[in-house]
Amino acid sequence: MTHLLELNSVSKVYHRGLINAKANVALRDISLTLSEDEPTILTVAGESGSGKTTLAMLLLGFITPTTGQIIYRGQNITSLRGKDRLAYRREVQAVFQDPFAVFNPFYTVDHLLSVPIKRFKLAKNKTDARNRMEEALTAVGLRPEDVLGRFPHQLSGGQRQRINVARALLLKPRLLIADEPVSMVDASLRANILETLRNLQRDHGVSIIYITHDLTTAYHIARSIVVLYRGGVMEAGDVDAVIKDPQHPYTKLLVDSIPWPNLNQRWGETPIIARDDSATGSGCPFRSRCPSAMDICATRPPLFQTGEMQAAACYLYDKKPEVVAEKLTQLLPV
Amino acid sequence: MNSMTSGTRAGSRNATSAFDAGGATPVLRVSGLEVTYYTDLGRAKALDDVSFALSAGEKLGMVGESGSGKSTMALAMMRMIKPPGRIEGGSVFIDDTDLMAMTEDEMRQARLSKIAYIPQGAMNSLNPVTRIGAQMVDAIKSHSARQSRSAIEDRCVHALRSVDLDPSVFRMYAHELSGGMKQRVCIAIGILLEPKVIIADEPTSALDVVTQRQVMETIDRVQDQINAAVILIGHDMGLMAQFVDKVAVMYAGRLVEVSAVRDMFTAPNHPYSKALISSLPNLDNKGVFQGIPGLAPSLLRLPSGCAFHPRCEFAMERCSVERPEPQNLEEGRLVTCHLFDEEASQ
Repeated sequence: MTHLLELNSVSKVYHRGLINAKANVALRDISLTLSEDEPTILTVAGESGSGKTTLAMLLLGFITPTTGQIIYRGQNITSLRGKDRLAYRREVQAVFQDPFAVFNPFYTVDHLLSVPIKRFKLAKNKTDARNRMEEALTAVGLRPEDVLGRFPHQLSGGQRQRINVARALLLKPRLLIADEPVSMVDASLRANILETLRNLQRDHGVSIIYITHDLTTAYHIARSIVVLYRGGVMEAGDVDAVIKDPQHPYTKLLVDSIPWPNLNQRWGETPIIARDDSATGSGCPFRSRCPSAMDICATRPPLFQTGEMQAAACYLYDKKPEVVAEKLTQLLPV
Repeated sequence: MNSMTSGTRAGSRNATSAFDAGGATPVLRVSGLEVTYYTDLGRAKALDDVSFALSAGEKLGMVGESGSGKSTMALAMMRMIKPPGRIEGGSVFIDDTDLMAMTEDEMRQARLSKIAYIPQGAMNSLNPVTRIGAQMVDAIKSHSARQSRSAIEDRCVHALRSVDLDPSVFRMYAHELSGGMKQRVCIAIGILLEPKVIIADEPTSALDVVTQRQVMETIDRVQDQINAAVILIGHDMGLMAQFVDKVAVMYAGRLVEVSAVRDMFTAPNHPYSKALISSLPNLDNKGVFQGIPGLAPSLLRLPSGCAFHPRCEFAMERCSVERPEPQNLEEGRLVTCHLFDEEASQ
């Protein structure tokens, strides 16, 4: 089986200060693979500071990993040059969080969509370009005559976010990195955008890495989930298993804090222990907030397989078989 | 302000009286509130004849799409609408005083001591170059200058403690705090003078779920301590289900439904509320995406009749011609829809 994308123990460390330089590990030892043959939707979830946006930036090639490699279809993305790099740029697309900030207000939607067509020479002539634009817009559920020729400020947030998806789709990507695509969109429009993304995966064979802090939408769109906390994988597996029966104390806290729109499903009672950012060093990053922290937690726990399709990095489960980081992908259903 | 005309219509007067019947005397009574923005493209009525009442200790959730008038509502109640916007009519009573009839000086005193506003995006609402303490002391001094420095400081530290912050935050700058801590500082400032009404405008929209729960639990606790009425503005129905007692749904500047939270989630009345409730993700309906068809109307070009009729699946002929007025139903519920015309007249 060939891999579309392969992350081999990727870490990213940010350094701060000149003299008393402090290292801040934004992402620690992440290994993941996405298969080329079966498009999937993988959620990367975590709170602010968990490293999820760092991961997006790494995958898009905006920053380079401190250690480890990111292999895209057999090639390390940091060493891509020329034609290969252009192909990578085309095949890996992004949708960002803020649909109000990503457009140049002076350009019409036509212009926004025709730039990538010209840049990547996707169309033979003007009519062909126009057809492609209309096709992409229709695929995301917009009527071309509603949006073409208009300026971004004339469109709603949901329309703009769908134009972002359409722009990505135009390039026939193989991988879409969606970094919090619905967090700034009205709740009533979220459903439409999520549906658009899912159809993209189902009908157009695009793999999607959905980065979010919102486990509700993650549950609805994805098959598998990786939960990050301060740069490390806390829990991973089938999204149904992880959200309905979380194992790691951090995931339990997260799931417990989801405000479900259901009156019979109240917020949990477990008290929240404030996050202590000064506690760094080795060991489980969650131990200062963990209600069941033990002495052994001062060393970093490996992943243990807690269920058929579920693994948690926590010593509470040290009787279970250990999962080698490289094998984690086998626990993520596609 | 010369805008204190009696803009109240018959419908809204009924609406207020129905809420008075709900047991305790309400601490907050809003009636016939109207706000218009005068733009180059025309007049946009951002708030049209909004009336409701709220008792002490009650929590009201105010939901609606962006542009439905939620934030205008909050700003109007604080009398913080800036030109080209204007408050065109209506009254906001807290106990027996009408905020709209106050002079500018009286209103300055009323803000924070009678009615407090916790803004959206706490990241940007604190001064980055003065210490948190100085900002809190400032707030107290502008209301009661005659207190001793140490008494004021005690009060601030007490407020910080009640939102679960360490007293050392008093000497810190905004950049030293995390997003959740900054939001809790804003809550601490909001409750400094123990106001009767607290308006929280999307207080957690930029925070992750764990911090969100922490902030909401803080608001819940301080509300209990000072027995204030709370208005929570937002579009997250999940948060509403967990937090509020009753829900008000706004659409294109009007209140289309007010119901107790249980009624709203189990048997919503207005077609828009129905669509809103059924678009919610749940644990049971995985993979079902049901949005609300159509787009929110522009306030500059509102559809005739009921503003929701082009998107409404129950729309009748009269909906496009005649504007529905707010009607009171049983159990203190309010709905603005022609489907309930007969029920209300009985």
